Amino acid sequence: MLTLHCPNCGIQADETELAPGGEAHLKRYGPGSSDDEFHSYLFTRENPRGPHFERWRHAAGCGKWFLAARDTVTLEVYGTYPAQTLEPPQDIKDAITAKHPGWQWREFS
Amino acid sequence: MRSYSAFAVAREAARYHMGWERAWASPEPKKKYEVIIIGAGGHGLATAYYLGKNFGITNVAVIEKGWLGGGNTGRNTTIIRSNYLQDPSAAIYEKARSLYETMSQDLNYNVMFSPRGVMMLAQTQHEIRGYQRTAHANALQGVTTEWISPGRVKELVPIINLDGPRYPVLGALWQARAGTARHDAVAWGYARACSDMGMHVIQKCEVTGVRQEGGKVTGVTTTRGDIGCDKLGIVVAGHSGHVADMAGFRLPVESVALQALVSEPIKPCMDVVVMANTVHGYMSQSDKGEMVIGGGADGYNNYTQRGSFHHIEETVRALVETFPMISRLKMLRQWGGIVDMTGDRSPILSKTPLEGCFINCGWGTGGFKAIPGSGWGMAELMAKGQSPLTDAFSLDRFKEGRFIDESVAAGVAH
Ligand SMILES: Cc1cc2nc3c(=O)[nH]c(=O)nc-3n(C[C@H](O)[C@H](O)[C@H](O)COP(=O)(O)OP(=O)(O)OC[C@H]3O[C@@H](n4cnc5c(N)ncnc54)[C@H](O)[C@@H]3O)c2cc1C
Ligand SMILES: [Zn+2]
Repeated sequence: MLTLHCPNCGIQADETELAPGGEAHLKRYGPGSSDDEFHSYLFTRENPRGPHFERWRHAAGCGKWFLAARDTVTLEVYGTYPAQTLEPPQDIKDAITAKHPGWQWREFS
Repeated sequence: MRSYSAFAVAREAARYHMGWERAWASPEPKKKYEVIIIGAGGHGLATAYYLGKNFGITNVAVIEKGWLGGGNTGRNTTIIRSNYLQDPSAAIYEKARSLYETMSQDLNYNVMFSPRGVMMLAQTQHEIRGYQRTAHANALQGVTTEWISPGRVKELVPIINLDGPRYPVLGALWQARAGTARHDAVAWGYARACSDMGMHVIQKCEVTGVRQEGGKVTGVTTTRGDIGCDKLGIVVAGHSGHVADMAGFRLPVESVALQALVSEPIKPCMDVVVMANTVHGYMSQSDKGEMVIGGGADGYNNYTQRGSFHHIEETVRALVETFPMISRLKMLRQWGGIVDMTGDRSPILSKTPLEGCFINCGWGTGGFKAIPGSGWGMAELMAKGQSPLTDAFSLDRFKEGRFIDESVAAGVAH
Protein backbone atom coordinates (compact mmCIF):
# COMPACT_ATOMS: atom_id res chain seq x y z
CA MET A 1 0.00 0.00 0.00
CA LEU A 2 1.11 3.54 -0.73
CA THR A 3 2.13 5.40 2.42
CA LEU A 4 2.99 9.10 2.53
CA HIS A 5 4.50 11.14 5.34
CA CYS A 6 2.10 13.96 6.25
CA PRO A 7 4.24 17.04 6.86
CA ASN A 8 1.37 18.67 8.78
CA CYS A 9 0.84 16.16 11.57
CA GLY A 10 3.99 14.10 11.15
CA ILE A 11 2.23 10.80 10.62
CA GLN A 12 3.19 8.15 8.05
CA ALA A 13 -0.28 7.91 6.51
CA ASP A 14 -1.76 4.91 4.71
CA GLU A 15 -3.36 5.42 1.33
CA THR A 16 -6.78 4.68 2.83
CA GLU A 17 -6.43 7.82 5.01
CA LEU A 18 -5.52 9.99 2.06
CA ALA A 19 -7.44 11.65 -0.74
CA PRO A 20 -5.57 12.33 -3.98
CA GLY A 21 -5.88 15.88 -5.30
CA GLY A 22 -4.21 15.82 -8.72
CA GLU A 23 -1.21 17.66 -10.10
CA ALA A 24 0.51 20.23 -7.89
CA HIS A 25 1.99 23.64 -8.72
CA LEU A 26 -0.59 24.42 -11.40
CA LYS A 27 -0.38 27.93 -12.71
CA ARG A 28 -3.81 29.41 -12.06
CA TYR A 29 -4.74 31.83 -14.81
CA GLY A 30 -7.40 34.45 -14.11
CA PRO A 31 -9.52 37.03 -15.91
CA GLY A 32 -7.84 38.50 -18.99
CA SER A 33 -5.83 35.37 -19.74
CA SER A 34 -5.80 33.85 -23.21
CA ASP A 35 -7.74 30.75 -24.32
CA ASP A 36 -4.49 28.81 -24.46
CA GLU A 37 -3.62 29.75 -20.89
CA PHE A 38 -7.05 28.74 -19.60
CA HIS A 39 -6.82 25.53 -21.56
CA SER A 40 -3.50 24.63 -20.00
CA TYR A 41 -4.69 25.56 -16.50
CA LEU A 42 -8.00 23.72 -16.71
CA PHE A 43 -7.22 20.68 -18.83
CA THR A 44 -3.70 19.83 -19.92
CA ARG A 45 -1.72 18.06 -17.23
CA GLU A 46 1.87 16.84 -17.19
CA ASN A 47 0.73 13.23 -16.78
CA PRO A 48 4.38 12.12 -16.83
CA ARG A 49 5.64 8.57 -17.07
CA GLY A 50 8.01 9.13 -14.16
CA PRO A 51 8.28 11.71 -11.35
CA HIS A 52 4.99 13.51 -10.63
CA PHE A 53 4.36 16.40 -8.25
CA GLU A 54 0.92 16.07 -6.76
CA ARG A 55 -1.50 17.22 -4.09
CA TRP A 56 -2.80 14.98 -1.34
CA ARG A 57 -5.16 15.62 1.56
CA HIS A 58 -4.77 13.80 4.83
CA ALA A 59 -8.54 13.32 4.75
CA ALA A 60 -9.01 10.77 7.51
CA GLY A 61 -6.23 12.29 9.61
CA CYS A 62 -5.45 15.92 10.29
CA GLY A 63 -7.52 16.96 7.25
CA LYS A 64 -4.81 19.16 5.77
CA TRP A 65 -3.34 19.36 2.29
CA PHE A 66 0.28 18.63 1.45
CA LEU A 67 2.36 17.92 -1.66
CA ALA A 68 4.25 14.81 -2.71
CA ALA A 69 6.75 13.83 -5.38
CA ARG A 70 5.98 10.30 -6.52
CA ASP A 71 7.09 8.19 -9.47
CA THR A 72 4.20 6.96 -11.62
CA VAL A 73 6.27 4.09 -13.04
CA THR A 74 8.05 2.71 -9.95
CA LEU A 75 5.60 4.10 -7.34
CA GLU A 76 8.64 5.34 -5.41
CA VAL A 77 8.00 8.37 -3.20
CA TYR A 78 10.76 10.99 -3.44
CA GLY A 79 9.38 12.99 -0.56
CA THR A 80 6.50 15.10 0.74
CA TYR A 81 6.44 18.80 1.56
CA PRO A 82 4.04 21.50 2.77
CA ALA A 83 1.24 22.69 0.51
CA GLN A 84 2.44 26.27 0.98
CA THR A 85 5.55 25.55 -1.12
CA LEU A 86 5.64 27.19 -4.55
CA GLU A 87 8.25 24.88 -6.00
CA PRO A 88 9.54 21.39 -5.04
CA PRO A 89 12.38 21.63 -2.47
CA GLN A 90 15.93 21.13 -3.75
CA ASP A 91 16.50 17.84 -1.90
CA ILE A 92 13.51 16.32 -3.68
CA LYS A 93 14.69 17.60 -7.04
CA ASP A 94 18.11 16.11 -6.27
CA ALA A 95 16.56 12.75 -5.36
CA ILE A 96 14.72 12.74 -8.69
CA THR A 97 17.81 13.72 -10.66
CA ALA A 98 19.79 10.93 -8.96
CA LYS A 99 17.23 8.38 -10.19
CA HIS A 100 16.52 10.01 -13.56
CA PRO A 101 19.60 11.92 -14.74
CA GLY A 102 18.51 14.77 -16.96
CA TRP A 103 14.81 14.55 -16.01
CA GLN A 104 13.10 17.81 -16.97
CA TRP A 105 10.16 19.45 -15.28
CA ARG A 106 8.30 22.54 -16.29
CA GLU A 107 8.94 25.95 -14.80
CA PHE A 108 7.10 26.43 -11.57
CA SER A 109 6.70 30.05 -10.41
CA MET B 1 -6.71 -17.19 -45.76
CA ARG B 2 -8.91 -20.23 -45.18
CA SER B 3 -12.20 -19.38 -43.60
CA TYR B 4 -13.35 -20.86 -40.32
CA SER B 5 -16.51 -22.96 -40.47
CA ALA B 6 -18.07 -26.11 -39.08
CA PHE B 7 -16.77 -27.84 -42.21
CA ALA B 8 -13.22 -26.65 -41.47
CA VAL B 9 -13.40 -28.06 -37.94
CA ALA B 10 -14.48 -31.43 -39.33
CA ARG B 11 -11.80 -31.34 -42.03
CA GLU B 12 -9.04 -30.53 -39.55
CA ALA B 13 -10.31 -33.09 -37.03
CA ALA B 14 -9.89 -35.74 -39.74
CA ARG B 15 -6.20 -34.83 -40.03
CA TYR B 16 -5.37 -34.41 -36.37
CA HIS B 17 -5.66 -30.59 -36.51
CA MET B 18 -2.33 -30.32 -38.32
CA GLY B 19 -3.66 -28.13 -41.11
CA TRP B 20 -4.66 -24.91 -39.31
CA GLU B 21 -2.80 -21.89 -40.65
CA ARG B 22 -1.49 -19.13 -38.46
CA ALA B 23 -4.19 -16.51 -37.95
CA TRP B 24 -1.91 -13.60 -38.85
CA ALA B 25 1.57 -13.10 -40.28
CA SER B 26 4.55 -11.68 -38.34
CA PRO B 27 6.32 -9.72 -41.09
CA GLU B 28 9.51 -7.67 -40.92
CA PRO B 29 8.73 -3.94 -41.04
CA LYS B 30 8.99 -2.29 -44.47
CA LYS B 31 10.83 1.02 -44.97
CA LYS B 32 7.60 2.91 -45.46
CA TYR B 33 3.82 2.58 -45.31
CA GLU B 34 1.02 4.84 -46.38
CA VAL B 35 -0.47 4.68 -42.86
CA ILE B 36 1.07 3.66 -39.55
CA ILE B 37 -1.13 3.01 -36.53
CA ILE B 38 0.67 2.94 -33.17
CA GLY B 39 -0.98 0.46 -30.80
CA ALA B 40 -2.49 -2.93 -31.65
CA GLY B 41 -5.36 -2.72 -29.20
CA GLY B 42 -8.93 -2.99 -30.39
CA HIS B 43 -9.16 0.65 -31.47
CA GLY B 44 -5.91 0.62 -33.45
CA LEU B 45 -6.72 -2.67 -35.18
CA ALA B 46 -10.30 -1.64 -35.95
CA THR B 47 -9.02 1.63 -37.43
CA ALA B 48 -6.69 -0.33 -39.71
CA TYR B 49 -9.43 -2.81 -40.62
CA TYR B 50 -11.92 -0.12 -41.72
CA LEU B 51 -9.21 1.81 -43.56
CA GLY B 52 -8.88 -1.30 -45.70
CA LYS B 53 -12.48 -2.39 -45.82
CA ASN B 54 -14.19 0.99 -46.29
CA PHE B 55 -11.49 2.99 -48.08
CA GLY B 56 -9.28 0.42 -49.81
CA ILE B 57 -6.18 1.66 -47.97
CA THR B 58 -4.18 -1.48 -47.22
CA ASN B 59 -0.58 -0.26 -47.22
CA VAL B 60 -0.86 -0.08 -43.45
CA ALA B 61 1.24 -1.15 -40.47
CA VAL B 62 -0.06 -1.52 -36.93
CA ILE B 63 2.89 -1.26 -34.55
CA GLU B 64 2.64 -2.72 -31.06
CA LYS B 65 5.24 -2.58 -28.30
CA GLY B 66 4.01 -5.72 -26.56
CA TRP B 67 1.63 -8.32 -27.95
CA LEU B 68 -1.57 -7.45 -29.77
CA GLY B 69 -4.51 -7.05 -27.44
CA GLY B 70 -2.18 -6.99 -24.41
CA GLY B 71 -3.23 -3.51 -23.32
CA ASN B 72 -6.65 -2.57 -22.02
CA THR B 73 -8.34 -4.49 -24.80
CA GLY B 74 -7.26 -7.73 -23.11
CA ARG B 75 -7.87 -6.42 -19.60
CA ASN B 76 -11.40 -5.12 -19.59
CA THR B 77 -14.64 -6.58 -18.28
CA THR B 78 -16.19 -6.61 -21.79
CA ILE B 79 -19.37 -4.65 -21.15
CA ILE B 80 -20.96 -3.37 -24.36
CA ARG B 81 -23.78 -0.80 -24.18
CA SER B 82 -24.78 2.45 -25.82
CA ASN B 83 -27.06 4.12 -23.25
CA TYR B 84 -25.10 7.37 -23.03
CA LEU B 85 -26.61 10.82 -22.59
CA GLN B 86 -25.22 13.14 -25.26
CA ASP B 87 -26.02 12.81 -28.97
CA PRO B 88 -22.43 12.43 -30.27
CA SER B 89 -21.85 9.63 -27.73
CA ALA B 90 -25.08 7.86 -28.59
CA ALA B 91 -24.11 7.99 -32.27
CA ILE B 92 -20.66 6.43 -31.92
CA TYR B 93 -21.51 3.92 -29.16
CA GLU B 94 -24.70 2.79 -30.91
CA LYS B 95 -22.82 2.41 -34.20
CA ALA B 96 -20.33 0.25 -32.31
CA ARG B 97 -23.01 -1.83 -30.59
CA SER B 98 -24.76 -2.51 -33.87
CA LEU B 99 -21.46 -3.49 -35.53
CA TYR B 100 -20.83 -5.93 -32.67
CA GLU B 101 -24.05 -7.73 -33.63
CA THR B 102 -22.56 -8.79 -36.97
CA MET B 103 -18.86 -8.76 -36.10
CA SER B 104 -18.40 -12.54 -35.92
CA GLN B 105 -19.85 -12.95 -39.43
CA ASP B 106 -18.03 -9.91 -40.79
CA LEU B 107 -14.63 -11.05 -39.51
CA ASN B 108 -15.31 -14.78 -39.85
CA TYR B 109 -14.12 -14.98 -36.25
CA ASN B 110 -16.27 -15.86 -33.26
CA VAL B 111 -16.12 -12.88 -30.90
CA MET B 112 -18.85 -14.45 -28.75
CA PHE B 113 -21.00 -11.33 -28.71
CA SER B 114 -23.69 -12.02 -26.14
CA PRO B 115 -26.53 -9.47 -26.16
CA ARG B 116 -27.68 -10.55 -22.73
CA GLY B 117 -28.81 -7.12 -21.56
CA VAL B 118 -27.18 -4.52 -19.33
CA MET B 119 -28.93 -3.19 -16.25
CA MET B 120 -27.81 -0.03 -14.45
CA LEU B 121 -29.28 0.05 -10.96
CA ALA B 122 -30.69 3.23 -9.48
CA GLN B 123 -29.99 3.20 -5.75
CA THR B 124 -30.61 6.86 -4.87
CA GLN B 125 -33.30 9.39 -5.83
CA HIS B 126 -30.66 11.25 -7.75
CA GLU B 127 -29.92 8.19 -9.86
CA ILE B 128 -33.62 7.63 -10.59
CA ARG B 129 -33.82 11.10 -12.12
CA GLY B 130 -30.51 10.66 -13.92
CA TYR B 131 -31.46 7.36 -15.54
CA GLN B 132 -34.98 8.45 -16.45
CA ARG B 133 -33.38 11.41 -18.19
CA THR B 134 -31.02 9.05 -20.01
CA ALA B 135 -33.93 6.80 -21.05
CA HIS B 136 -35.73 9.86 -22.51
CA ALA B 137 -32.57 11.04 -24.28
CA ASN B 138 -32.02 7.54 -25.68
CA ALA B 139 -35.61 7.46 -27.00
CA LEU B 140 -34.88 10.64 -28.97
CA GLN B 141 -31.56 9.23 -30.20
CA GLY B 142 -33.12 5.99 -31.42
CA VAL B 143 -31.29 3.90 -28.83
CA THR B 144 -33.66 1.39 -27.26
CA THR B 145 -33.50 1.57 -23.47
CA GLU B 146 -36.18 1.57 -20.82
CA TRP B 147 -36.68 2.46 -17.19
CA ILE B 148 -37.75 -0.62 -15.25
CA SER B 149 -39.26 -1.17 -11.79
CA PRO B 150 -37.63 -3.01 -8.88
CA GLY B 151 -40.06 -5.89 -9.50
CA ARG B 152 -38.79 -6.29 -13.06
CA VAL B 153 -35.20 -6.05 -11.78
CA LYS B 154 -35.87 -8.99 -9.46
CA GLU B 155 -37.43 -11.00 -12.30
CA LEU B 156 -34.34 -10.49 -14.47
CA VAL B 157 -31.84 -10.97 -11.63
CA PRO B 158 -33.25 -13.38 -9.04
CA ILE B 159 -30.05 -13.32 -6.95
CA ILE B 160 -30.33 -9.58 -6.26
CA ASN B 161 -31.21 -8.15 -2.85
CA LEU B 162 -33.62 -5.27 -3.52
CA ASP B 163 -33.82 -3.82 -0.02
CA GLY B 164 -30.22 -3.56 1.09
CA PRO B 165 -30.04 -1.36 4.18
CA ARG B 166 -27.72 1.27 2.76
CA TYR B 167 -28.62 1.23 -0.91
CA PRO B 168 -32.01 -0.25 -1.81
CA VAL B 169 -32.68 -0.92 -5.49
CA LEU B 170 -35.21 1.68 -6.67
CA GLY B 171 -35.36 0.71 -10.33
CA ALA B 172 -32.96 0.45 -13.25
CA LEU B 173 -32.06 1.61 -16.71
CA TRP B 174 -32.28 -1.47 -18.92
CA GLN B 175 -30.77 -1.94 -22.37
CA ALA B 176 -31.87 -5.35 -23.60
CA ARG B 177 -29.61 -5.41 -26.68
CA ALA B 178 -26.46 -4.54 -24.77
CA GLY B 179 -24.18 -7.27 -23.44
CA THR B 180 -20.64 -8.65 -23.56
CA ALA B 181 -18.14 -10.13 -26.04
CA ARG B 182 -14.87 -12.01 -25.81
CA HIS B 183 -12.30 -9.19 -25.63
CA ASP B 184 -9.23 -11.10 -26.91
CA ALA B 185 -11.22 -12.45 -29.83
CA VAL B 186 -12.09 -8.91 -30.92
CA ALA B 187 -8.38 -8.04 -31.17
CA TRP B 188 -7.49 -11.38 -32.76
CA GLY B 189 -10.34 -11.25 -35.26
CA TYR B 190 -9.40 -7.77 -36.45
CA ALA B 191 -5.69 -8.68 -36.58
CA ARG B 192 -6.45 -11.75 -38.70
CA ALA B 193 -8.63 -9.73 -41.08
CA CYS B 194 -5.99 -6.95 -41.34
CA SER B 195 -3.24 -9.45 -42.04
CA ASP B 196 -5.45 -11.06 -44.69
CA MET B 197 -5.75 -7.69 -46.46
CA GLY B 198 -1.94 -7.53 -46.61
CA MET B 199 -1.49 -5.15 -43.71
CA HIS B 200 1.44 -5.64 -41.33
CA VAL B 201 0.73 -6.20 -37.64
CA ILE B 202 4.17 -5.74 -36.08
CA GLN B 203 4.45 -6.87 -32.48
CA LYS B 204 7.28 -6.36 -29.97
CA CYS B 205 8.20 -3.08 -31.61
CA GLU B 206 8.01 0.03 -29.46
CA VAL B 207 7.63 3.47 -30.99
CA THR B 208 10.22 5.70 -29.33
CA GLY B 209 9.92 8.82 -31.45
CA VAL B 210 7.76 10.55 -34.03
CA ARG B 211 9.62 12.01 -37.01
CA GLN B 212 8.47 15.18 -38.69
CA GLU B 213 9.58 17.67 -41.30
CA GLY B 214 8.17 21.14 -41.78
CA GLY B 215 5.26 20.52 -39.40
CA LYS B 216 4.27 17.31 -41.17
CA VAL B 217 4.68 13.76 -39.93
CA THR B 218 7.14 11.61 -41.89
CA GLY B 219 7.40 8.45 -39.82
CA VAL B 220 8.31 6.91 -36.50
CA THR B 221 11.45 5.75 -34.74
CA THR B 222 11.05 2.30 -33.22
CA THR B 223 13.06 -0.35 -31.42
CA ARG B 224 13.25 -2.06 -34.83
CA GLY B 225 14.46 0.96 -36.77
CA ASP B 226 12.93 3.96 -38.51
CA ILE B 227 9.71 3.43 -40.44
CA GLY B 228 8.25 6.07 -42.74
CA CYS B 229 4.60 6.96 -43.33
CA ASP B 230 2.33 9.57 -44.90
CA LYS B 231 -0.23 9.42 -42.12
CA LEU B 232 0.10 8.39 -38.49
CA GLY B 233 -2.59 7.31 -36.04
CA ILE B 234 -1.75 7.31 -32.31
CA VAL B 235 -4.05 4.80 -30.60
CA VAL B 236 -2.28 3.89 -27.36
CA ALA B 237 -4.86 4.46 -24.56
CA GLY B 238 -3.05 5.01 -21.23
CA HIS B 239 0.20 5.86 -23.00
CA SER B 240 -1.32 8.64 -25.12
CA GLY B 241 0.27 11.49 -23.20
CA HIS B 242 3.68 9.89 -23.54
CA VAL B 243 3.42 9.31 -27.30
CA ALA B 244 1.80 12.72 -27.93
CA ASP B 245 4.82 14.20 -26.20
CA MET B 246 7.03 12.51 -28.85
CA ALA B 247 4.87 14.16 -31.52
CA GLY B 248 5.25 17.52 -29.80
CA PHE B 249 1.79 18.28 -28.43
CA ARG B 250 0.01 17.91 -25.11
CA LEU B 251 -3.27 16.21 -24.29
CA PRO B 252 -6.01 16.89 -21.76
CA VAL B 253 -5.60 13.33 -20.50
CA GLU B 254 -4.42 11.70 -17.29
CA SER B 255 -3.43 8.05 -16.89
CA VAL B 256 -4.70 6.08 -13.92
CA ALA B 257 -5.11 2.42 -12.99
CA LEU B 258 -8.43 0.63 -13.31
CA GLN B 259 -8.77 -2.83 -11.82
CA ALA B 260 -10.98 -5.85 -12.24
CA LEU B 261 -11.22 -9.32 -10.73
CA VAL B 262 -12.88 -12.68 -11.30
CA SER B 263 -14.15 -15.29 -8.88
CA GLU B 264 -13.87 -19.04 -8.99
CA PRO B 265 -16.33 -20.49 -11.53
CA ILE B 266 -19.80 -21.33 -10.25
CA LYS B 267 -23.03 -22.64 -11.79
CA PRO B 268 -24.96 -20.16 -13.96
CA CYS B 269 -26.70 -17.71 -11.64
CA MET B 270 -26.99 -14.38 -13.47
CA ASP B 271 -27.52 -14.01 -17.21
CA VAL B 272 -27.42 -10.21 -17.51
CA VAL B 273 -24.79 -7.57 -16.72
CA VAL B 274 -25.58 -5.53 -13.59
CA MET B 275 -23.94 -2.20 -12.86
CA ALA B 276 -24.34 -0.35 -9.57
CA ASN B 277 -22.81 3.06 -10.09
CA THR B 278 -23.56 4.61 -6.70
CA VAL B 279 -21.55 1.96 -4.92
CA HIS B 280 -19.01 1.72 -7.76
CA GLY B 281 -19.30 -1.92 -8.67
CA TYR B 282 -20.55 -4.07 -11.49
CA MET B 283 -20.74 -7.75 -12.21
CA SER B 284 -21.49 -10.30 -14.92
CA GLN B 285 -20.95 -14.03 -15.26
CA SER B 286 -18.56 -15.34 -17.88
CA ASP B 287 -19.29 -18.40 -19.98
CA LYS B 288 -16.81 -20.29 -17.80
CA GLY B 289 -18.94 -19.41 -14.76
CA GLU B 290 -16.62 -16.88 -13.16
CA MET B 291 -18.19 -13.77 -11.73
CA VAL B 292 -16.45 -10.87 -13.50
CA ILE B 293 -16.27 -7.84 -11.22
CA GLY B 294 -15.10 -4.30 -11.73
CA GLY B 295 -15.22 -1.02 -9.89
CA GLY B 296 -14.04 2.56 -9.98
CA ALA B 297 -10.67 3.79 -11.18
CA ASP B 298 -7.91 4.48 -8.66
CA GLY B 299 -7.45 8.12 -7.77
CA TYR B 300 -3.87 8.95 -8.73
CA ASN B 301 -1.63 8.97 -11.80
CA ASN B 302 -0.14 5.56 -12.44
CA TYR B 303 1.54 3.68 -15.29
CA THR B 304 2.18 0.39 -13.50
CA GLN B 305 -0.89 -1.68 -14.49
CA ARG B 306 -1.28 -2.39 -10.78
CA GLY B 307 -3.86 -0.75 -8.57
CA SER B 308 -4.45 -0.38 -4.86
CA PHE B 309 -5.98 -3.24 -2.98
CA HIS B 310 -8.43 -1.13 -1.01
CA HIS B 311 -10.31 -0.27 -4.21
CA ILE B 312 -10.96 -3.96 -4.76
CA GLU B 313 -12.12 -4.22 -1.18
CA GLU B 314 -14.54 -1.30 -1.58
CA THR B 315 -16.00 -2.74 -4.77
CA VAL B 316 -16.53 -6.19 -3.35
CA ARG B 317 -17.92 -4.83 -0.07
CA ALA B 318 -20.54 -2.86 -1.98
CA LEU B 319 -21.51 -5.75 -4.24
CA VAL B 320 -21.91 -8.16 -1.34
CA GLU B 321 -24.75 -6.03 -0.01
CA THR B 322 -26.59 -6.20 -3.33
CA PHE B 323 -25.67 -9.83 -4.09
CA PRO B 324 -25.43 -11.57 -0.68
CA MET B 325 -24.78 -14.96 -2.30
CA ILE B 326 -21.33 -13.89 -3.51
CA SER B 327 -20.08 -13.34 0.04
CA ARG B 328 -18.54 -16.84 0.19
CA LEU B 329 -16.97 -16.75 -3.27
CA LYS B 330 -13.21 -17.04 -3.58
CA MET B 331 -11.60 -14.56 -5.94
CA LEU B 332 -9.22 -16.09 -8.47
CA ARG B 333 -7.45 -13.27 -10.23
CA GLN B 334 -7.14 -9.52 -10.06
CA TRP B 335 -5.42 -7.22 -12.56
CA GLY B 336 -5.20 -3.63 -13.70
CA GLY B 337 -4.94 -1.58 -16.86
CA ILE B 338 -3.85 2.00 -17.42
CA VAL B 339 -6.77 4.08 -18.62
CA ASP B 340 -6.66 7.53 -20.20
CA MET B 341 -9.14 9.89 -18.56
CA THR B 342 -10.34 13.16 -20.11
CA GLY B 343 -12.07 15.99 -18.26
CA ASP B 344 -15.51 15.34 -19.77
CA ARG B 345 -15.15 11.53 -19.71
CA SER B 346 -15.53 11.40 -23.50
CA PRO B 347 -12.90 10.23 -25.97
CA ILE B 348 -10.76 12.26 -28.35
CA LEU B 349 -10.77 11.29 -32.06
CA SER B 350 -9.05 14.09 -33.81
CA LYS B 351 -6.50 15.69 -36.05
CA THR B 352 -3.56 17.05 -34.09
CA PRO B 353 -1.31 20.11 -34.34
CA LEU B 354 1.12 17.89 -36.33
CA GLU B 355 -0.10 17.57 -39.93
CA GLY B 356 -0.85 14.01 -40.98
CA CYS B 357 -0.92 12.85 -37.36
CA PHE B 358 -4.23 11.76 -35.83
CA ILE B 359 -5.11 10.66 -32.32
CA ASN B 360 -7.70 8.30 -30.89
CA CYS B 361 -7.62 8.23 -27.08
CA GLY B 362 -9.44 9.18 -23.90
CA TRP B 363 -11.73 6.14 -23.89
CA GLY B 364 -10.79 5.85 -20.25
CA THR B 365 -12.69 3.18 -18.40
CA GLY B 366 -15.20 2.41 -21.12
CA GLY B 367 -13.80 2.00 -24.61
CA PHE B 368 -14.13 -1.72 -25.27
CA LYS B 369 -17.78 -1.27 -26.22
CA ALA B 370 -16.79 1.39 -28.73
CA ILE B 371 -14.10 -0.48 -30.66
CA PRO B 372 -15.89 -1.07 -34.00
CA GLY B 373 -17.62 2.34 -34.05
CA SER B 374 -14.41 4.12 -33.12
CA GLY B 375 -12.45 2.23 -35.79
CA TRP B 376 -15.14 3.04 -38.36
CA GLY B 377 -15.07 6.77 -37.57
CA MET B 378 -11.31 6.99 -37.12
CA ALA B 379 -10.69 5.32 -40.49
CA GLU B 380 -12.99 7.85 -42.16
CA LEU B 381 -11.28 10.71 -40.33
CA MET B 382 -7.84 9.51 -41.43
CA ALA B 383 -8.88 8.79 -45.01
CA LYS B 384 -11.04 11.88 -45.65
CA GLY B 385 -10.00 14.39 -43.00
CA GLN B 386 -13.39 14.38 -41.32
CA SER B 387 -16.15 12.06 -40.19
CA PRO B 388 -19.67 12.65 -38.84
CA LEU B 389 -18.98 10.08 -36.11
CA THR B 390 -15.84 11.77 -34.82
CA ASP B 391 -16.14 15.49 -35.55
CA ALA B 392 -17.63 16.38 -32.15
CA PHE B 393 -14.80 14.53 -30.38
CA SER B 394 -12.03 16.80 -31.65
CA LEU B 395 -9.09 17.85 -29.49
CA ASP B 396 -9.99 21.55 -29.59
CA ARG B 397 -13.36 21.01 -27.89
CA PHE B 398 -11.78 21.62 -24.49
CA LYS B 399 -10.41 25.00 -25.45
CA GLU B 400 -13.70 25.90 -27.09
CA GLY B 401 -15.83 24.70 -24.18
CA ARG B 402 -17.75 22.17 -26.31
CA PHE B 403 -17.68 19.39 -23.75
CA ILE B 404 -19.43 16.10 -24.29
CA ASP B 405 -20.21 15.61 -20.64
CA GLU B 406 -20.65 11.93 -19.85
CA SER B 407 -19.66 12.04 -16.22
CA VAL B 408 -23.02 10.51 -15.29
CA ALA B 409 -23.14 7.82 -17.97
CA ALA B 410 -19.46 6.95 -17.69
CA GLY B 411 -18.82 7.97 -14.09
CA VAL B 412 -18.12 4.46 -12.96
CA ALA B 413 -15.60 2.26 -14.66
CA HIS B 414 -16.90 0.05 -17.44
C1 LIG C 1 -10.01 -3.26 -15.71
C2 LIG C 1 -10.67 -2.63 -16.90
C3 LIG C 1 -12.02 -2.86 -17.15
C4 LIG C 1 -12.65 -2.29 -18.26
N1 LIG C 1 -13.95 -2.62 -18.51
C5 LIG C 1 -14.55 -2.16 -19.63
C6 LIG C 1 -15.87 -2.59 -19.96
O1 LIG C 1 -16.49 -3.41 -19.26
N2 LIG C 1 -16.44 -2.08 -21.09
C7 LIG C 1 -15.79 -1.19 -21.89
O2 LIG C 1 -16.38 -0.74 -22.86
N3 LIG C 1 -14.52 -0.79 -21.61
C8 LIG C 1 -13.88 -1.25 -20.50
N4 LIG C 1 -12.60 -0.85 -20.21
C9 LIG C 1 -11.93 0.12 -21.08
C10 LIG C 1 -11.37 -0.53 -22.32
O3 LIG C 1 -10.60 -1.65 -21.97
C11 LIG C 1 -10.48 0.45 -23.09
O4 LIG C 1 -11.12 1.69 -23.27
C12 LIG C 1 -10.13 -0.09 -24.47
O5 LIG C 1 -9.73 -1.43 -24.41
C13 LIG C 1 -9.04 0.75 -25.09
O6 LIG C 1 -8.61 0.12 -26.27
P1 LIG C 1 -7.37 0.71 -27.03
O7 LIG C 1 -7.22 -0.11 -28.27
O8 LIG C 1 -7.55 2.17 -27.19
O9 LIG C 1 -6.17 0.53 -26.02
P2 LIG C 1 -5.24 -0.74 -25.64
O10 LIG C 1 -5.97 -2.01 -25.79
O11 LIG C 1 -4.64 -0.43 -24.32
O12 LIG C 1 -4.16 -0.71 -26.78
C14 LIG C 1 -3.14 0.26 -26.85
C15 LIG C 1 -1.89 -0.46 -27.27
O13 LIG C 1 -0.87 0.49 -27.54
C16 LIG C 1 0.35 -0.11 -27.20
N5 LIG C 1 1.37 0.93 -27.05
C17 LIG C 1 1.46 1.88 -26.07
N6 LIG C 1 2.56 2.64 -26.26
C18 LIG C 1 3.16 2.18 -27.39
C19 LIG C 1 4.35 2.55 -28.08
N7 LIG C 1 5.12 3.57 -27.68
N8 LIG C 1 4.69 1.85 -29.21
C20 LIG C 1 3.90 0.82 -29.64
N9 LIG C 1 2.78 0.43 -29.00
C21 LIG C 1 2.42 1.09 -27.89
C22 LIG C 1 0.05 -0.86 -25.92
O14 LIG C 1 0.99 -1.89 -25.67
C23 LIG C 1 -1.35 -1.39 -26.19
O15 LIG C 1 -1.37 -2.71 -26.65
C24 LIG C 1 -11.93 -1.42 -19.11
C25 LIG C 1 -10.58 -1.16 -18.86
C26 LIG C 1 -9.94 -1.78 -17.78
C27 LIG C 1 -8.49 -1.51 -17.54
ZN1 LIG D 1 -1.76 14.84 8.62
